[in-house]
Amino acid sequence: MNDLALTPKAPDVRLGDIIKLAVLAVGGQGGGVLSNWIVDLAERNGYAVQATSVAGVAQRTGATIYYMEMMPETGRTPVFALAPAEGDVDILIAAEMMEAGRAMMRGFVTPDRTTLIASSHRALATSEKIHPGSGIADSAAVRRAAAESARNFICFDMEAVAREAGSVISSSLFGALAGSGMLPFEPESYRETIRASGRGVDASIAAFDEARVAAEEHRAPKAREVDDAPEPGGVLPPAATPVEEHIEPEPMAGPEKMLGEWRDLSARADALPEPVLPFARAGLKKVVDYQDLAYGTEYLDRLDELLQKDRAAGGEEHEFDFTANAAKYLANAMSYDDIPRVADLKTRKGRDARISEEMRASDGTLIQVTEYFHPRAEEMVSLLPAGLGGWIESRPKVFAGIDKLVNKGRRLRTDRLPAFLMLYTVAGFRRIRRRSLRHKREMAHVDEWLGAATSRLTGDYAHATETLKVRRLIKGYSDTHARGVAKFDRVMSGAALVEGRDDAAAWTARLLTAALKDPKGEALDGALQTVRSMTTAGQA
Amino acid sequence: MAERSFKKEVEQLRIGAGETFRGEGILAITKALLENGVGYVGGYQGAPISHLMDVLADAEELMGELGIRFEANASEAAAAAMLAASVHYPIRGAVTFKSTVGTNVASDALANLASGGVTGGALIIVGEDYGEGSSIMQERSHAFAMKSQIWLLDPRPNLPSITDAVKHGFDLSEASNTPVMLQVRIRCCHVHGAFEAQDNVSPSLTVKDALSNPRRETDRIVLPPASFKHEHEKIEKRWPAALDYIRENKLNERFGPEKEKVGIVLQGGMYNGVIRALQRLGLADVHGDTDIPLYVLNVVYPLVEDEFIDFCADKDAVLIVEEGQPDYIEQTLRSILHKHGDPVKVSGKDVLPMAGEYTGQVMLEGIESFLVKHGGDLLPDRGRAPNRPPEVPDLSEVVPGRPPGFCTGCPERPIFAAMKMVEEEMGPHQITADIGCHLFSIMPPFEIGGTTMGYGLGPASNAAFDGGGERRPISIMGDGGFWHNGLSTSVGNAVFNKSDGVIMVVDNYYSAATGGQDILSSRAKNDTKATNNPISKALKGVGVGWVRQIDRTYDVGKMRDTLREALTTDHEGPKVIVASSECMLNRQRREKPLMAKAIKEGRRVERPKFGVDEEVCTGDHACMRLSGCPSLTLKMPDDPLRDDPIAHIDQTCVGCGNCGEVADTAVLCPSFYQADLVHNPGKTEQRMARWQKGIITWLQERRAGKRLAREAVR
Repeated sequence: MNDLALTPKAPDVRLGDIIKLAVLAVGGQGGGVLSNWIVDLAERNGYAVQATSVAGVAQRTGATIYYMEMMPETGRTPVFALAPAEGDVDILIAAEMMEAGRAMMRGFVTPDRTTLIASSHRALATSEKIHPGSGIADSAAVRRAAAESARNFICFDMEAVAREAGSVISSSLFGALAGSGMLPFEPESYRETIRASGRGVDASIAAFDEARVAAEEHRAPKAREVDDAPEPGGVLPPAATPVEEHIEPEPMAGPEKMLGEWRDLSARADALPEPVLPFARAGLKKVVDYQDLAYGTEYLDRLDELLQKDRAAGGEEHEFDFTANAAKYLANAMSYDDIPRVADLKTRKGRDARISEEMRASDGTLIQVTEYFHPRAEEMVSLLPAGLGGWIESRPKVFAGIDKLVNKGRRLRTDRLPAFLMLYTVAGFRRIRRRSLRHKREMAHVDEWLGAATSRLTGDYAHATETLKVRRLIKGYSDTHARGVAKFDRVMSGAALVEGRDDAAAWTARLLTAALKDPKGEALDGALQTVRSMTTAGQA
Repeated sequence: MAERSFKKEVEQLRIGAGETFRGEGILAITKALLENGVGYVGGYQGAPISHLMDVLADAEELMGELGIRFEANASEAAAAAMLAASVHYPIRGAVTFKSTVGTNVASDALANLASGGVTGGALIIVGEDYGEGSSIMQERSHAFAMKSQIWLLDPRPNLPSITDAVKHGFDLSEASNTPVMLQVRIRCCHVHGAFEAQDNVSPSLTVKDALSNPRRETDRIVLPPASFKHEHEKIEKRWPAALDYIRENKLNERFGPEKEKVGIVLQGGMYNGVIRALQRLGLADVHGDTDIPLYVLNVVYPLVEDEFIDFCADKDAVLIVEEGQPDYIEQTLRSILHKHGDPVKVSGKDVLPMAGEYTGQVMLEGIESFLVKHGGDLLPDRGRAPNRPPEVPDLSEVVPGRPPGFCTGCPERPIFAAMKMVEEEMGPHQITADIGCHLFSIMPPFEIGGTTMGYGLGPASNAAFDGGGERRPISIMGDGGFWHNGLSTSVGNAVFNKSDGVIMVVDNYYSAATGGQDILSSRAKNDTKATNNPISKALKGVGVGWVRQIDRTYDVGKMRDTLREALTTDHEGPKVIVASSECMLNRQRREKPLMAKAIKEGRRVERPKFGVDEEVCTGDHACMRLSGCPSLTLKMPDDPLRDDPIAHIDQTCVGCGNCGEVADTAVLCPSFYQADLVHNPGKTEQRMARWQKGIITWLQERRAGKRLAREAVR
């Protein structure tokens, strides 16, 4: 820009009458409907209005923009711009949180004039979803920026408002616009516009009014939406998805006798130090739900053992971070995903109720449920008693034979008896699980992992704790699972290399992050290279 | 046309004198064609002019009444060639397409048309797909006008101006025996505005009548010696005739004060942007009354020398506002001034960027710095409200890119999921892409395809690899591209050269990316067009020996195996897979109302949707890397022990089946379940269900009574 920056004389006062409104949406969200409504609304109220959009294939699920300018009719046609200009937008409607961010990046949101109306919900971009760990963008950062950049900032989950009213987001956005009071039009003329447009009127108007009131109250974003907002690459803010949160610790169900034992067991867990509690409680519930009470006892025994070592290593001043992480990852390790587990979850009491709720099944409708299974010999054989399983695995021909038998895609109609009975029976294997080859392997793996971690406790507390966290890498089924285990081993080997350095913990953490970056583990290879060169250089 | 119906718009086309037309720019142009006695209209769909084609396709009845022939041409070349009807006959014809891509395809016919010249007005309406929202390479149509001596209109972007340009376009064409190109930019095509309508007018000579007494004049045909004569005609007759018409009818406009030391010369299309900048600088009011003289070129080719010289008279400096590059207009105007030895200083691409769209900020800064240089005192006093936008927050690390991608339930997704699986097995391949929705495969999660050389040119752009090698080259082409150009240019080429390559024809029943228009192989019944011509038949017709027709792309396993076979078979010559399933966007628009109706009427309807068993999903996101479906997203599990979000399917799921198929074929995980909601089930069906449910519940209760488990089932 020219440094002889000039500033204009007071422009034509009527220029102030021009209202400039931009809508940033995700293709398919109905931004077109919204802008048509706004045009109709303006014309109803004797305004000259011009709307433009950039349609075409660019709209297929991509970021799109609609732009409108309006001013009271003067009898002479005004000259309106066809596109929004930086620092020259009065009302910016963002139909999704990151689109609000995009609007700010493009300079369409400025403190001197812009009212930013944004829906706090997230429609995740592909780049956020394909990350093996969590690549979800940080809504809180966008919020903070918006609070600074916008003159007014109206932000709540307009997607949810629409959904609850059985409508679509264009209705609630229209409502928020009305509630913002930035357009000099009566709510009723908004409603007339919606009515005139025809389809789904009642639901649309319900969503409209709900959102209008919310915006009028200038509802500040719920505090927890900000607090729970993720660290970059962290976790989703609740606003992002339609999940009903269980704030209460969810109860256990079962025969009275077992519930009695359960109470004793949980009492035992409650005796653990404060920082460990939330994980231990959840962990205990998880393993008991996965197997049985005895398994829960086993879990707590292991924890006590670890806690002792933790204490000995002065865990007190680390707020028992080691045991807390152990409580978390041990529970996950002990409830590894095998076929009985899957079968159990798919044949449980209450699942059909949950599904029909998710499907919003109305009365008089039936639900047919089809499961997509693709078992392989690996999973099947590993269910067998350790001895037999090992015997088969050591005989490639037999193994191949079994694979030929089982390895194929199976569509199971679990609303019908035959498939249900099959899965129900497999779920029953739970009782003999602890004798299975898989269990033997998993436990050996757990011991090795915990061994490595505890061995570091006295020398380097932080490193020991980081070592526990590496367990995060093991997830998925079949090849994905194998890949996870491979990554786990490689990170553990890296952790061993850096052992003894004062920045060992930091390095192990770095390796873990790298391992979560891409599915193949290219980032991890790079990080490991650095570690190797670094450690060998140290010796040279 | 399954995606939308345009009956409402068609009604707008019927209004007459005294009524006001309200609507989109491109629709206003359509109306103007009817008001100016057009005899035939054609074109090829594509943003931003698809609407013109779509609406006329729905307006058969009206066209019939007026005696106008509408043709949905097979390609832009076909459209341009159709203008041949105006060579010997005094019939007005108009064609439209996306530019510059369409103009590239049409340029052979356009050059021949321009050489012989026209008797009836020939109008080429090009949708200039430039700047934000454009889906093509950034070039200018201007060059085509210059090279073939076709006149180029670039009217101010408001409905009265562009409809006026249609009228003058025809008259200018007839006055100068030259085809005229009318250029409208994306936002102008989609601008919502109003203009005073006129009555529709039937053509004075219809194409039907013309057939009764055919005409020909040998000297209009492009063949020596006539072709040499044509070139001289262009310069000696048609050019001066055009200038006269432009002058007499004042096609170019002047605004603002007569005498001022500086002025701005601009393309008509830039008018609103320039005025907005002047408004913000305090040099123009809301109605565009400006303190700075403007010379608005509604005709950007040819330029009227004396008009320009007159505008420059006793000015110190003029600014030329010309979007895009090369700066043809600025070069010409500079050379005009040079010839006349005119001392006026010229600014243009020195204060404005040579490349890229002239956005609000660019225009503001450019015009301001021009005035700072040459008209500082005109600029209002300093010290008022600053116009510089404050620092924008840097969210580049936070906000993810959101490029366009496959829609929810798109039938092309499983095709590329299968391709990715095959690449996992056999390693990466040399893959060329084409034009169409399927080009989204180049983006994550698939990242398949290395080049896109043009519509229907996917396989042709792999020709260098036709000889084959260790791994076969693969090329992708859509059904739209196949019929546009691909059958001969790509498939014929591959057959003739005994290509060893694999061709994947993505058939979604429509020209989907351009709005779901019908094409030869569309499965829909179309009263005015011949549909249901299978691609596989055409392939066999041109001599492809290895053809595999897949009628359900969602069968990922079959897709994968067929592709594997194509890559390994010892068959000589091209291996072509036709992967067919209906575009989900169109299918939903078609089926939703029918379903709702059926349910109301109490008929049995199955509606599939997918779900995820939260606790079975381990959050490795392998399924996402083979999908990228908008409805397959993430959520945090209700479990403090888990670090990573898990798969979640939202309400927009249309139950296409890709999730389950991929999970099965790629052996991912058993988290997905398909729930078919059965509306109005039959009596026996209900009884069976109740009976089985009874036993199942009993078994579940039985087990629940013998174990300890969480109450909530996730």
